[in-house]
Amino acid sequence: MNASAEQEPLSAETLSPAERARRRLIGWMLGVSASVLGVLMAIPLVRVALYPLLAQAAANPWADLGPEDDFRSLTTPVRRVIQIRKLDGWRQITAERVVYVTKGADGKLEVLTAVCPHLGCEVQWNPDLGQFKCPCHGGTFAPDGRHLSGPPPRGMDPLPLSVENGRLRVQYEYFRNLVPTREVMS
Amino acid sequence: MSDSPMAAPPNSSPPRPPASGLGAWLDQRTGWKQLLHEFLDERIPGGARWSYVFGSGLLFILLSQVVTGIFLALYYVPSADHAHTTVAYLVKVVTDGAFLRSLHAYGASIMVILLVIHMTQTFLFGSYKAGRELLWVAGCVLFALVLGMAFTGYLLPWDERSYFATAVGTNILSEVPLVGQWLKLVLRGGPDMGTLTVSRFFVAHVFLIPAALLLFVGLHLFLFRKAGPAGPPSGDAAELRRRAQTFYPRQLLMDAVMALLLIVILAALAHFRPVSLGPEANPADTQFIPRPDWYYRPVFQWLKYWEGPLSVVGILVIPGVLGGLLVLLPFYDRRAERRPGKRPVATGLFSVVLAGLVALGAISYYADYHDPAIAAQLRRQDEAERRFMEQPFEPEAQAPAAAPAAEAANPLVEQGRQIFTAQGCVACHGEGGAGTALAVKLTGIGQKLPPDELARLIRHPNARMTAGGMPPFPLADDQMKALIAYLDSLH
Repeated sequence: MNASAEQEPLSAETLSPAERARRRLIGWMLGVSASVLGVLMAIPLVRVALYPLLAQAAANPWADLGPEDDFRSLTTPVRRVIQIRKLDGWRQITAERVVYVTKGADGKLEVLTAVCPHLGCEVQWNPDLGQFKCPCHGGTFAPDGRHLSGPPPRGMDPLPLSVENGRLRVQYEYFRNLVPTREVMS
Repeated sequence: MSDSPMAAPPNSSPPRPPASGLGAWLDQRTGWKQLLHEFLDERIPGGARWSYVFGSGLLFILLSQVVTGIFLALYYVPSADHAHTTVAYLVKVVTDGAFLRSLHAYGASIMVILLVIHMTQTFLFGSYKAGRELLWVAGCVLFALVLGMAFTGYLLPWDERSYFATAVGTNILSEVPLVGQWLKLVLRGGPDMGTLTVSRFFVAHVFLIPAALLLFVGLHLFLFRKAGPAGPPSGDAAELRRRAQTFYPRQLLMDAVMALLLIVILAALAHFRPVSLGPEANPADTQFIPRPDWYYRPVFQWLKYWEGPLSVVGILVIPGVLGGLLVLLPFYDRRAERRPGKRPVATGLFSVVLAGLVALGAISYYADYHDPAIAAQLRRQDEAERRFMEQPFEPEAQAPAAAPAAEAANPLVEQGRQIFTAQGCVACHGEGGAGTALAVKLTGIGQKLPPDELARLIRHPNARMTAGGMPPFPLADDQMKALIAYLDSLH
């Protein structure tokens, strides 16, 4: 009897208003300091998780396309698989990427990445149509990469070229998709 | 406030205003106020005490281990050929990677220390008595699970230290009669330590044991709340009830201070003494002297004293009996007396075992330190570890792929590839003729069929091909030549 009567004052409903206010204040102080501490403790976690984004990006790699002479009498775009050495997290890999060697509007050699500027599918050259066609959403491009029809917001993206000792070299880059202007992603 | 004339007299609670606002809206749907009351207003006989903070400290470290463990898994690969590289990448390259790994590794040690303190306190206060038997047993299971976490996690970096310690650790299983050898094989995934061992330890460390751990933590907490806090071992029961305090705010504040202390200790250790990684495990290294982490040192030292046919007594019987005595403690120690001073046998036995473990660990370190040959080799090992940590990270090199396929060099092949795409062959036979669910793969077809036969089949498919949906392709001779050149290049 007595014991249960003694226990009553402890339940929240019967606390004095002053005690209730005190507890609420302590609760707020605890909550605020725990939140501040939690944010502080999350900093190393976030830094670990976001390291691949914060790290200094390596320069985009150059790849060999073979002798420049091979492409002199080019009449239609040709597909080439290039090999690029790059760091993939903790491993050094040789990645294969597809490019098209073609002639630009001015008749000069141009190398286009096969990555569609729409949603990144691999654009294919269709010799019957004489057009590039994206297999995913049907965007089409002229042999020089100009956008002809379909959802892509711009033409195919040309890659930086150079000739060294008579060999054609290309720098492989990624471009931001879904925007009308060309932006290289670092 | 309370003495303002407007305030309601303290004994008649004022009529509650109708609940409104977001809190009330949520409360109606979730009942969170009742839940909070349930969590916070637990009555502690005799009031809050600093000696009660270790259980919640354990819960806090467990949470920290789960979170840091999840972030470690962002970079870790559980395979013998990548594990060490990925951990090296984490600690040498990733920002704060060494700090994170150190938090996790030191967290394991701190957890073992807190467990021993928590258990000792429970034992000395006699808090396992009077209806708390299952609470104690669940605690013992948790102790075993934490030691299992420490054992399985230790191997994962796959450096010299962890490899050799685990090789010895798993070999101990062979001592178990009848099934020992089999157990060892199951744990290792074969007679040797290898990539399957890493997979198994990884699965145990991140899936199996954590699942059991969470289950038993839940059970432990449930049973604790069911029985209620035991309170101090001495004192008049009615007096303790009168001096009871709710968990919130005093005990919660004490627990928060404990958590803060743990954060400071962990962060300071991880920052100033980051855990190092040694060179990759080299099973051919016969010089290496394996030593387990500190919490396994007493067992390690104990094993040295047992040899020959008696070793099963030392390795299995004695630890088994002691473990059994510990787990079953509340079932045979049924006296109501809780004061440690009035339980000389129990307190004495517990102290002897605890002191024995500490002594064994100390002897182990002392012996290593005073054996010149061992001390020198252990120094060399530490030195190798230090040197490895100073070296820059070396990425795992993948052999460059074979030179670009001949197709790139031969225009005929390229022309054939375009025909292959344009004619729709690619739709069924797949990119590069790799085959799809619709049609067979064409790689190597040039070695199986002569060009004339191939050309004939493409122009006039046989019955089986037609049935599979292959239409005839009446290609001109030069086109056919290019297509066959392309097919020949597929391999």
